[in-house]
Amino acid sequence: MEATLLPNPKDTNATILLMGLRRGGKSSICKVVFHNMQPLDTLYLESTSKPTTELFSSLIDLSVMELPGQLNYFEPNYDSERLFSSIGALVYVIDSQDEYLNALTNLSMIVEFAYKVNPKINIEVLIHKIDGLSEDYRIDAQRDIMQRTGDELLDLGLEGVQVSFYLTSIFDHSIYEAFSRIVQKLIPELPSLENMLDNLVQHSSIDKVFLFDVNSKIYVATDSSPVDIQTYEVCAEFIDITIDLDDLYIEDSNGSQAKNSNSKVATPKELKSISHLSNGSILYLKQMIRGLALVALIRNDDVRILNDGSSESSIGTQERSLTIIDYNVNLLKKSLMKMWENSKLISRNEQYEASEHPSTADLGSDGI
Amino acid sequence: MSNSSRKKLLLMGRSGSGKSSMRSIIFSNYSAFDTRRLGATIDVEHSHLRFLGNMTLNLWDCGGQDVFMDNYFSNQKDHIFKMVQVLIHVFDVESKSINKDIEIFVKALTNLQKYSPGAKIFVLLHKMDLVQIDKREELFNIMMEKLQNISNPYQFKVVGFPTSIWDESLYKAWSQIVCSLIPNMNLFNSNLIKFNQILDAEEIILFEKTTFLVISSTTSIENELNKDLQPELDPKRFEKISSIIKTYKQSISKLRTNFSNLIIRGSNGSHFYIDILTDNMFIMLILKDKDNHISSTVQHEELLILENIKAARKWFEKIENGNV
Repeated sequence: MEATLLPNPKDTNATILLMGLRRGGKSSICKVVFHNMQPLDTLYLESTSKPTTELFSSLIDLSVMELPGQLNYFEPNYDSERLFSSIGALVYVIDSQDEYLNALTNLSMIVEFAYKVNPKINIEVLIHKIDGLSEDYRIDAQRDIMQRTGDELLDLGLEGVQVSFYLTSIFDHSIYEAFSRIVQKLIPELPSLENMLDNLVQHSSIDKVFLFDVNSKIYVATDSSPVDIQTYEVCAEFIDITIDLDDLYIEDSNGSQAKNSNSKVATPKELKSISHLSNGSILYLKQMIRGLALVALIRNDDVRILNDGSSESSIGTQERSLTIIDYNVNLLKKSLMKMWENSKLISRNEQYEASEHPSTADLGSDGI
Repeated sequence: MSNSSRKKLLLMGRSGSGKSSMRSIIFSNYSAFDTRRLGATIDVEHSHLRFLGNMTLNLWDCGGQDVFMDNYFSNQKDHIFKMVQVLIHVFDVESKSINKDIEIFVKALTNLQKYSPGAKIFVLLHKMDLVQIDKREELFNIMMEKLQNISNPYQFKVVGFPTSIWDESLYKAWSQIVCSLIPNMNLFNSNLIKFNQILDAEEIILFEKTTFLVISSTTSIENELNKDLQPELDPKRFEKISSIIKTYKQSISKLRTNFSNLIIRGSNGSHFYIDILTDNMFIMLILKDKDNHISSTVQHEELLILENIKAARKWFEKIENGNV
């Protein structure tokens, strides 16, 4: 029965396994991140009894598998070996408001097992529900948990394992931030994506740029400048606002068909939105391929200098710089498409080659 | 309207019915979630709000505990009920003692008739989110019929709204209440229609700047002219836009700034322009693509429309300042 739930071995990289003790908040995380559920509504979620899988199709096809907390995976009837060998990341959720010593023992047991089966696995620990802790206590809790896991793993003779820790809560954006980091580790094209975005930033006077997955608000990539959580929040909310406004003026299908019968509107146009802020910055959003959207914050320092004298010329320069950005973003979109086609091609080749002889397919940065 | 006109609004209702929460959401940028922190209002809380430049709204938020209530109807009655333009009476739909609620409403009406007979009466059936969806309309109709019957002897016409702080119904109610106070509404409307003739837009909407309440829109004007027009779009869209833009303003405030315009090229050929119109108003234009443009002309079109909005600014500033 479990066999059907196991991910297909061909997309090995892109499965995230969500584990943790019961009542740690795993289902709530899934619902909030992937189903846009309001955080408060998660209070009424039932206890999860079966492993559930979320499919999430973005630049890569990602699936998130949630395991119920109360099960013991080391019972012989459970095919845990195959399960762990087929996943890319193991996310372990620790409830920081509860006693976490049990959870840490459980974690090190799982890590020991998983690492033996699949040494390439990424191990991520979410120190969850930090919204209830005071600012100082958060740092203490994190240090304590990191210390103890380190010790436990040392005792088991696993010094080499890389474990990353994140402080998260579903009531702010920290959970999205953590998931963004986790997902990014699973995207093989990430370095070239970042490189492309860096190029864009350099040539277009952009302050910060994100490549978002529109449905989940997870960012697939960003340029190499440090992420400021506030900029991220504003950009993520900008997507919501654009989509909400756009949705308001979509007529019901029968009405629009009658109207558009003569002037065929076949392909939906790409969504694009620009907002000038009063301090001269610009928020810029453009739809990319496969449910991705590029959101950029453009700081325009020239405007403030020109503001007192000639506002006309400042608007002129702004429009000009927007035209350049438009052009550059279009180039980026084209190369994303190329990249996507290539990666599909490679995975198909790999499959084909794997059946005959071990492959040496090269995943290197595709023609950008 | 050149001299600043002051309007007195009474916000009344039993304690716990949600009066202060409404005020905080509409006028103080609270989110619905934040209103839990509000405590009980002691006596009367006055707030002065500038609306559309030279209109001042004096909002009297009257605490609803019985002690205060008795006081309003006895000692302070001439102070409270004199020169009232609008009474907004809030009913909690979950209230256990409806008879008591109505009794207070009647007392307020009696006093109003005596001290300011020209006042407009609005009734809000609040906390509608606590009622099952299929029962809401029925409950609202029953309640409104009852309240209208009660106020008939006092020669007041009661306008009612079902509201909840958790959806956009609150914006709808308040936008209608505030619009009933704007004196030169007709001028705004006629100019809006003229502007629309020039732009041939799908729809134009005017918003107040700080509260983002809808002042006027081309569809609502047209609907008034010929009532049998079929509504094609979401009838709640104005309130939704208000609340979306307010969220946007809040989100932008994290960057310590405000927005001056927003242009969206929609996915199905409609384009949105939100821009500052005057010091106190925002305008929103919705345009539909008539034919398929080449991308280079689109850029020019954008500039053209922004330029048109700039040109319209002069008219609307004039109306606002009352020199027409």
